[in-house]
Parts: sequence; structure tokens; C-alpha cells
Amino acid sequence: MFKKIKITCDEATAICDKAQYGEASFYEKLQLNLHLLVCKICALYSKQNRKMSAIFKLRATSCKQEIKCLSKIDKHALKEQLNQFNESV
Amino acid sequence: MNQTNKPNTLSPNKCVDDYADYLFNYAVVRVNDSNIAKDLVQETFFSGLKSAKNFQGKSTERTWLVSILKRKVIDHYRKINSKKGQAEVRMSFYDNGEDKGNWIEERVPQSWDNEAEKTIENDELKSQLDECIDYLPEKYAMVFRMKTIQEFETEEICKELDITPSNLWVIIHRARTQLRNCMEKNWFNK
Repeated sequence: MFKKIKITCDEATAICDKAQYGEASFYEKLQLNLHLLVCKICALYSKQNRKMSAIFKLRATSCKQEIKCLSKIDKHALKEQLNQFNESV
Repeated sequence: MNQTNKPNTLSPNKCVDDYADYLFNYAVVRVNDSNIAKDLVQETFFSGLKSAKNFQGKSTERTWLVSILKRKVIDHYRKINSKKGQAEVRMSFYDNGEDKGNWIEERVPQSWDNEAEKTIENDELKSQLDECIDYLPEKYAMVFRMKTIQEFETEEICKELDITPSNLWVIIHRARTQLRNCMEKNWFNK
């Protein structure tokens, strides 16, 4: 059943990334935590990863406040092109 | 009733007024480039006009236009995914040999200076982060942004870009390792 409890640093950090979105499975988290007990480098990655997530979250929040629109000039140009196209068919 | 016999025609002026902003916003959160988004919206309207007679009025015009735009977004993703000689992310782990899966020495995480004060929100932090995201190869940036900045569900991204969840997690993992490195060099330990 537990055929692969030992994982590499690449796999551990991949699980760590997935866990930042709350989407790692129970077994994956178990594998990760066992790895973190023995690997100082990945433990640092994991700690810093939470900081990175916090920064991403800040960016996400500020992004949600922007609503992007097309400018009047762009809309006007678009209408012209579409009208021309409509007449040509 | 005359109106039902009339072939479906979309009036360009009305269409642009009613839907252009909605479609543009839809595109821009996915491709994160206003010029590309503008092109996709334009192509969507052209396709819409061309096939207006096929529009059966079963859905709203907006839903129908969005379904066209969805195709355009997926085509765009395929294009950036298959670009010849596309840049790959810089790997942080050995990908073969005895050391497969181990950290590459010069990519090992370093401890950060003044971590706490450097994670306080400000414009410099945001622009440095944006710059680091822009260093990522396009497809990594697109998937990363959709998942992390726009906070789409995994399932939705997979459906929209036609990739599997394991593809998505590999992309996210590589993008995040490279971003961590970039922020370490240019922000935390600058």
C-alpha cells in the first residue's frame, strides 16, 4: 500500500506547491511532511512558499479591483471594420 | 410574425456597445495582454458576424459570443504552447541521472533578509512580481496567472485550456520554483 513513501526534493516541492492551493491529498501531505523532517532545504522552501503565496494573494486582490475596458477609440475602430465587413458580404 | 422569418443578423454597432467590454475583460484576464485580448475580441466579432445565420437564438447573444471567444483563447494557448524553440523554465532540479529529483546546487533556496518587512504590500513589490512573472515562458505565465492571480478552479482551467490536472500541477510547480528564485534575487536578497 505505502509503496512510495520516500520522495525526491522535486516531488516534495511539487506537493508543497499544490498544498498552497489546498489541493494536495492526504497521502501527498503525509509524504511531504515526512520529507520535510529530513530535508532542511525543502523545509526552507516550504516556509518561503507560504510567504510567496501571501504575496500572490496581494497581487490577486489588487487585480480583482481593476476592470479592464476597451477605449472609445478602439470600439469605434472595431465598429467601422465590422460595418465594412458586413457590407462586403 | 415577420421577425421570426428574418435571418439572424447582428448589428455591429449594437453588438460592440453591448458586449465588447465584457468580452475584452474575459479575454484579458486569461491572456493578460491588452493587445492580444483586443485581437481575440475582434476575431470573435468577425466570426460572429460570419456565422450569424447559424445563431439559433437558443442562448443569449452574449453566451454565444463567449463560446466563440473560448475557442479563440484555446487556440491562442495552443499557439504559445507549440511555438518552436519556446523557452522552457529554468529547472531547479536534476532531471536525470543519479541525482534525479535533487536540488541543483546553485538553485538551492537561500534564506531571505528582512522577510517580514519585505512582504508588506506596496507598488514596488507588485511591479517586481509582475516582472518576474513576465520572465516566465508564456504558457507557464498564463496557467500560473489563471490559477494564482485570477484564482480560477483547477477544473475550469483544465477544461478551458484542454490540459490534464497533472499537466497543470507540473506547470504550476515549475512556475513557482522559478518565481521564488526570481524574487529571491531581485527582491528579498537584492
